Amino acid sequence: MTDGVRPATRPGRTPREVATHCPYCALQCGMILREETDGVTVLPRQFPTNRGGLCQKGWTSAELLDHPERLTTPLLRDPSTGELRPASWDAALDRIVTGLHDVQQRHGRDAVAVFGGGGLTNEKAYALGRFARVALRTRHIDYNGRFCMSSAAAAGMRAFGVDRGLPFPLSDLGRADTLLLVGANPAETMPPLMRWLTEQRERGGRLIVIDPRVTATARQADLHLQALPGTDLAVANALLHIALTEGYVDADYIATRTAGFTAVRRTVASWWPARAEALSGVPVADLEETARALATAQRAIILTARGAEQHAKGVDTVSGFVNLALALGLPGRPGSGYGCLTGQGNGQGGREHGQKADQLPGYRKIDDLEARAHVARVWGVPADELPGPGVPAYQLLDSLGTDQGPRALLVFGSNPVVSAPRAGRIESRLRDLDLLVVVDFLLSETAALADVVLPTAQWAEEDGTMTNLEGRVLRRRALRQPPPGVRTDLTILADLSTRLELRGGGSADPHTVFEELRRASAGGLADYAGISWDRIDAADGVFWPCPADDGPDSPRLFTDRFATPDGLARFHPVEHRPAAEEVCPEYPLHFTTGRVLAQYQSGTQTRRVAALRRAAPDAFVELHPDLAERLGVTDGEPVRVVSRRGEFQAPARLSPAIRSDTVFAPFHWGGQARANSVTNDAVDPVSGMPEFKICAVRVEKP
Amino acid sequence: MSQRVVVVGNGMAGSRLAAELHARGEDLKVTVLGAEPHRAYNRIMLSNLLAGKIGEPDVELAEVAGRGVDLRTGVTVSTIDRASGQVLTDDGDRIPYDHLVLATGSRAVVPPLPGLDPLRLPERVIPFRTLDDCRRILALAGHARRALVLGGGLLGLEAARGLAARGLDVGVVHRVPYLMERQLDPAAGAMLAGTLTGLGVTTHLAVAPTGVEADASGVRLALSDGRSLDADLLLLACGVRPDTALAAAAGLAVERGVLVDDRLRTSDRQISAIGDCAQHQGTLTGLVAPAWAQARVVAQVLTGQDPLARYQPRPVVTRLKAAGIDLAAMGDPTGGPGEELTFADPARGTYAWLRIHDERLAAAILLGDNPSVGTVIQLFDRGHPVPGDRRALLLGRAVGGAVAAPAASPALMPDATTVCQCNTVSKGALVHCWRGGARTLDAVVAQTRAGTGCGSCRDAVAGIVDWLSRADPVEVGR
Repeated sequence: MTDGVRPATRPGRTPREVATHCPYCALQCGMILREETDGVTVLPRQFPTNRGGLCQKGWTSAELLDHPERLTTPLLRDPSTGELRPASWDAALDRIVTGLHDVQQRHGRDAVAVFGGGGLTNEKAYALGRFARVALRTRHIDYNGRFCMSSAAAAGMRAFGVDRGLPFPLSDLGRADTLLLVGANPAETMPPLMRWLTEQRERGGRLIVIDPRVTATARQADLHLQALPGTDLAVANALLHIALTEGYVDADYIATRTAGFTAVRRTVASWWPARAEALSGVPVADLEETARALATAQRAIILTARGAEQHAKGVDTVSGFVNLALALGLPGRPGSGYGCLTGQGNGQGGREHGQKADQLPGYRKIDDLEARAHVARVWGVPADELPGPGVPAYQLLDSLGTDQGPRALLVFGSNPVVSAPRAGRIESRLRDLDLLVVVDFLLSETAALADVVLPTAQWAEEDGTMTNLEGRVLRRRALRQPPPGVRTDLTILADLSTRLELRGGGSADPHTVFEELRRASAGGLADYAGISWDRIDAADGVFWPCPADDGPDSPRLFTDRFATPDGLARFHPVEHRPAAEEVCPEYPLHFTTGRVLAQYQSGTQTRRVAALRRAAPDAFVELHPDLAERLGVTDGEPVRVVSRRGEFQAPARLSPAIRSDTVFAPFHWGGQARANSVTNDAVDPVSGMPEFKICAVRVEKP
Repeated sequence: MSQRVVVVGNGMAGSRLAAELHARGEDLKVTVLGAEPHRAYNRIMLSNLLAGKIGEPDVELAEVAGRGVDLRTGVTVSTIDRASGQVLTDDGDRIPYDHLVLATGSRAVVPPLPGLDPLRLPERVIPFRTLDDCRRILALAGHARRALVLGGGLLGLEAARGLAARGLDVGVVHRVPYLMERQLDPAAGAMLAGTLTGLGVTTHLAVAPTGVEADASGVRLALSDGRSLDADLLLLACGVRPDTALAAAAGLAVERGVLVDDRLRTSDRQISAIGDCAQHQGTLTGLVAPAWAQARVVAQVLTGQDPLARYQPRPVVTRLKAAGIDLAAMGDPTGGPGEELTFADPARGTYAWLRIHDERLAAAILLGDNPSVGTVIQLFDRGHPVPGDRRALLLGRAVGGAVAAPAASPALMPDATTVCQCNTVSKGALVHCWRGGARTLDAVVAQTRAGTGCGSCRDAVAGIVDWLSRADPVEVGR
């Protein structure tokens, strides 16, 4: 039975059930929540993406609903003791309003900033952008999606004219004859997606993985290219070089559907495979095999994820793989193409509706006069009163509390103290603020620094929509009301608007907000005008763009044209460049970060779930046994990882699955074990993506 | 006024320098003078052009033109007037410079043989060096059946396999008893000759050419062993010689190449030299990687980005990779301190030889399918310590990186073994669930959630349930 025919919400006494989606990653697995006398249970649900599957995070997601550490009252920092103490909503909101007024009066409107998250529903992301632009009238809003898929977004935008993570349904993965994953580890980051990969290989398809580690995904691959971190772009250019010398490129497709190939051809001419081999360590024979497998397949798909994207050259790296896909004629061909595996739950929708510093709802550019006029009409304000573009996340965080930067910050759905690069510095920036407000349902490391913490609803307590990694708009459904004392994000925004006595107070009702979002997005790239909650309910989700109520949605993009003015995809010549920080005698090892299966993001939620804590209790530093031997380190022994920016400490985990010149650690932990204490804050010049995935460190015994 | 930089040569070194200067965006006026009429191209790809796998446009390199870079092709510099700081071109132009960079490259060596006049080679005798050489070879190859290549070094073998790929019957004549003697040992050289035979290339080793007779219809190469070989064309791949004529005529210090210091400056501080024509610390390079490293240093110095930049030669890796051939060689194969490791599998054409000194790779030869080639090259290139278990380097990733095989029977599997990674379900938990009363696969799955994530452990879970149903019959009956 599919979502469409099951009654969405079955009212009545116990048990009460709703069909909804998992609160965690961008796969947004369908699940059923049932409220029984002894609590909420998670049941499987057949949905076209996860087909009944869930990973341990999904199965245990309801445990946080009644968690003892759940915040159920606002917290205010007591000026005398410096501690956070429970307070009334009136007191908390008054403190915020006074603080915001004070800061804006003394330092101007831009002295207040808003920081959102890729886990917020479309309604909340939209309302947050509107609140920043209309109520606060600050240009400073950005979100943690900058740390997620912003590089792929920028590369997709400039190549295809639109950025939708997967421009085809997930099920296409199961039918690909060759599937290339670049810096993606779905076996740990979104396990139910692997069902499509299993199907793909059962059909005889080939799976090729590029990753510096022999990850759980790489172990399943037919071919694993264990490239040195930071060399994916060289690998991409070499693959295209091989495609050219072997006559694999699709000249007809290049001629009729693309522009700009000549410059790319001349650039990759200087990337003969042996050159990329010396740089990446990937044998030429494997590069040749990869190019052949992609080119000779009937259907081939190239996917990138954070491993390739979280670099100061992330946009160019993705462009390298997009160039390869275009030269082979993949995008828009049935069952073929390029895609990005979006990470956060609403990473896709969150970037479309106005949380991004330079964008307005519908993926409109904030400096586009026509776009401003349209959105201002919907918001009922003069277009010239809308602020201009702000700055990307890291730049924003790094400016907090400085002379030029904002003095007050509102955080929704993010924990930058753990998740930002060079986190020690960001932590001190946050401490320098005059006012830090954090809206969360648990006391995250960032909330712990706040002047005011507002308790908010969890996913099972609110309605709304999420847009998954396929660009499929889904319904999140409330199973129950938030606990007493807890308000939804939308209510908080509406309450703040009212108290600030500012116009533009949005609705606290998600359906009303969504209806407005539809109008605001109409005519934009991410056009939701034709998407209603009812339509989503009736059809297992709706793929954007969907401009008309009675018109089709768009499961597959690019079948006859790209979203560029002339309909042609654009090649971009891209050159490999070294990492922002290279290894040296003092910091001789490459450091890279990533995830483990049982934890999510900064771990605020998953570290508090008993079963997940048992499965992945602590941070660790993954070292190759050869390296460990040279360092005199044994398995389980604590080690310190030191970079120019900071250090962290965790037990060594010896594994032959990593290159001996590279060290890995998961980023889910804070405090002493915070991997982001050492990561590099160099950012991509186009996307603002920080260089999480490579920096230079040394490892020592504490 | 901005500094005027004139680059003589638009080959791989000169064009790279222009790009490096351009990328630094400094206020320089750069003029690049290329003698060849075409745009910059990738010489490394010429053997693919010979093989017919690609067309001429495919060897073109990205060029920087405009925005401060004036690129002029088909212009030959005849004289450097150091006194006035100008170069003279053969069409009469005088181009002033504040700094001059020589990237004049090298010329193919024509061996001193009766019948070969370097200034007037017979039509069917062609060096393998430039795009024009390639065009001439291709013009003849279309109607040719047999080709001879003089020289069994890297370049000669690339040319040979390129022509063989076109279907020509190719012979390689080499003075030394084994191929690529500067990079290989006799064993590897012999195995490579065997590989080439399989690709349609015959090798004639330890014989010297003694004379050439050529006319409009063919070429005859006489050999020191008394034989003579006939062919439709003869390619010369007998090495290259730095093109130092301009520098020498200008009075710059020249030995085999133009002498340069660590900043690539010649004996005249206003003139640098990079690439094939330069001689640094007594060494000529003749390869792209050092030429590009030199271009980078010159760009750093001239733009002021790093006025103290120094060129530091890096060890050279020779790579020959084509259909059926996979060869990597590095370091001195003839000897040196350290331990040597060898693995040979002649039937499969695989050979690996390593010399390890002071825990570092001092030299290596890998021939044939060798999965460790990327690792070996990186260890050598970076001077990183070798792994404790050296077999991994000889044999590839099969050693060390292997994942533990699953136990043959569930009975042998320790209880703590994680069966389902996605939901952290151990074998013990499955057994416990069974003993607790779950009697079907579906019941075990529903209660433990094993197999509900990625689904890849479903078979293993089914296997354990099946084993339990047979090993625990009493429980079932109850």
